[in-house]
Amino acid sequence: MNQMLLNALLLALRAIRRNLMRSFLTVLGIVIGVGAVITMVTLGNGATRMVSDQISSLGSNLLILRPGQQLGPGRESAGAANFRLTDVEALQAQIPSLRAVAPVVSSRVTLVVGSQNWSSQVSGTSNAYFTAGNWKIGAGRSFEEDEETAGKAVCVIGDTVRKQLFGSGSPLGGELRVKNFTCVVVGLLAAKGQGAMGQDQDDVVLMPIRTVQRRLTGNQDVSTVMLSMRDGANADQVMVQIRRLMRERRKLAESEEDNFNVMDTKQIAETLSGTIRTMTGLLGAVAAVSLLVGGIGIMNIMLVSVTERTREIGIRLAIGALEHEVLLQFLIEAVVLSALGGLIGITLAFVACLGLTALMNMPFLFNPGINLLAFVFSAVIGIVFGYMPARRAASLDPIVALRYE
Amino acid sequence: MTQNDVGTLLISLRKVTKTYGEGTATVQALNGVDLDIGQGEFVAIMGPSGSGKSTALNILGCLDAPSSGHYLFRDIEVDALTRNQRALLRRHYLGFVFQGFNLLSRTSAQENVELPLLYRGEDAAHRHEASRRALAQVGLTGWEHHTPAELSGGQQQRVAIARAIVTQPLVLLADEPTGNLDSKRGHEIMELLVSLNRDQGITVIMVTHELDMAAYASRVVRFADGNVGSDSMKVAA
Repeated sequence: MNQMLLNALLLALRAIRRNLMRSFLTVLGIVIGVGAVITMVTLGNGATRMVSDQISSLGSNLLILRPGQQLGPGRESAGAANFRLTDVEALQAQIPSLRAVAPVVSSRVTLVVGSQNWSSQVSGTSNAYFTAGNWKIGAGRSFEEDEETAGKAVCVIGDTVRKQLFGSGSPLGGELRVKNFTCVVVGLLAAKGQGAMGQDQDDVVLMPIRTVQRRLTGNQDVSTVMLSMRDGANADQVMVQIRRLMRERRKLAESEEDNFNVMDTKQIAETLSGTIRTMTGLLGAVAAVSLLVGGIGIMNIMLVSVTERTREIGIRLAIGALEHEVLLQFLIEAVVLSALGGLIGITLAFVACLGLTALMNMPFLFNPGINLLAFVFSAVIGIVFGYMPARRAASLDPIVALRYE
Repeated sequence: MTQNDVGTLLISLRKVTKTYGEGTATVQALNGVDLDIGQGEFVAIMGPSGSGKSTALNILGCLDAPSSGHYLFRDIEVDALTRNQRALLRRHYLGFVFQGFNLLSRTSAQENVELPLLYRGEDAAHRHEASRRALAQVGLTGWEHHTPAELSGGQQQRVAIARAIVTQPLVLLADEPTGNLDSKRGHEIMELLVSLNRDQGITVIMVTHELDMAAYASRVVRFADGNVGSDSMKVAA
C-alpha cells in the first residue's frame, strides 16, 4: 500500500515536471484567484476595523451639539447663534443621563517655543472634555478648578505638538507662546493617532475655555458642545431631551425649525462601518469572480489536454496499471498543483496585505477563515477539473482510451 | 494442430465473438474464432481491413473483452476475470508494441521503459538496471535520456519494444509494429523481434498486412470476415 502511494507520488511528480507549462498555468489560475480573494477581504476587514477604532477613539456614547441646522446640501448653518457657558451648565444640570458635558471653542494659532514654531488648533474646554473625548493624560495633570474658573494661562498639549515644539525633551513646565501671551504646559495627552477623516488627532492644544475666550476669541461664545452619555443611556431619548432643552433656552417658537443640531457619533460610526462592509462585500464578490475565472482557466487547460491524457491513461492501463493506481496518480497531481497554487496565493496575499495595510495606515487583520475558504475552494476546483476527466478516461477499456482522438 | 511441437499450449480461443455497436449499427468483428497458440511461437496474423485481426489481437492481449466464447491463457479463464485481474495479467505476462508507438511524450526513453516495472512495484535500483539492459538489447545504449520527440520513428519503436520486454513477458503482442516505418527500419524491427523470439523464447503475436514482414514469422494465420481463413506453418528455414 505504501509502495503504491509512493509510486503514485513519483508518477504524479514526473507528470507535473513533464508538462511544466500546463502545470504552471494551472497553478497560476489558482494563485490569482486565491490571492485576489484573500487580499480584498483582508483589506476590507482592515478598513472596517480602522474606521471603528477611530470612531471609538472619539469617545463612547458621544453626542455632539452644534449651532445651525443639520449639515447637508441646501441647508444654511451660518448665522445661528453660538451657545453660552450657561447652556452647558443647564445641560449638565437638567439631563441626568449625561455623564460629562464639555464646551469647546477652537482657534487656529501659531505656537512658539524658543526658535520652534508650529501652527495648531487651540481648543478651550473643561476637564469634562477628557471624559467626553476619551482622552487620557499621558504625563502631568489635567486642569485645576481655579485654573478653569479664573482662565489661567495653562495648557495640555497633544503628542504631535510636543514632538514639533519640544522634541525629545519633557514639555511639562515648559512655556508656550500663543499670540500675545505665554502659557505653561501642565499635561501631555496620550497619543491617539489618525482620526476617522485622516486628520492628526494629536495635533491639539487644550486650555481652560475662559482662557481662550478672553485671550483668543474675545467673546463668550461656545461653538460646540460635546456630551458624553452614561452607559446604558438611550441615545434617542437623550437627544430628544437635549432638543427640548435647547429649543426652550433658545426661545424657538413651535413653527420654527431647530437652529442647532445634535449628532450621535455611534450612529456615524455604524453608518461608516456599514458602508465599508458593503464595499468589502463588493470587493470580495469581484475577487470571487476572479477565483471563478481562475477555475474556468484550469478547466480549459484540463479539457485541452484531455486527449493527450486519455491516451496516456490508455498506455498506462495497457502496460498493466490498475484503474485505481492511475486515478491515485491523477488525484495526487491535482492535489499537489492546487495546494501549491493555494499556498503561493496565500503567501502572495499575505505579502500584499502587509505592504498595502502599511501603506494605507490600516491594521493588518489576518483572517484565517477567508484563507481557509479560498484554499479549500481552489483545491476543490483543481481536484474536480483535474480528477474528473481522468476518472472517465480510466473507466474506459484500455483499447478505447488508446485510440481516443 | 501442429504447433504442439513448438511448445506447450499457451493460448486457446474457443468460439470467440466480438460485437460492436447496438441495433442496426451492429458490427460483428469476430465470428466464433477458434485459435491455439503454443509457447515460443512467432505468429503473424494477416488479413484485409475489417477482417477482425486487430480485434483478435486486442482480445488476446486482454485490452478488450470478447462478447462471447472462451479464452484460456495457460490455465486461466480470462473471460471470467475482472478488469483489475486482466490488468494484472497484462502486467505480469504480456508486453505490447503498437503501430503508433504510444510512448509517453516529453518523457525520457528510460522513464518510458521503467514504467511497467514501477507498476510491478520494483525498487528504483532494479528499475534502473533492467531498463538500461532492455534499452541495450534493442540497441539504444546512449539514448536513455532522449525524449520520443528527439528520436526517429525506428528508435521510438525500439523504445516501445524495450518497454514491452523489460518485464520479461511470456507473450509480446505487436499491432502492425512496422506500419509507421520505412522498409529498412521495418526489417530491423522484425529482426529484433525474431531474436527475442529465438533467444529468449518470448512468444510473439504480430498483426501485419505486409507479406515481407509476415515472412519473418514461423506461422501465418489469415483472417477473413471475422474468422480464421487459413493457418499455415512455415517449414523451418
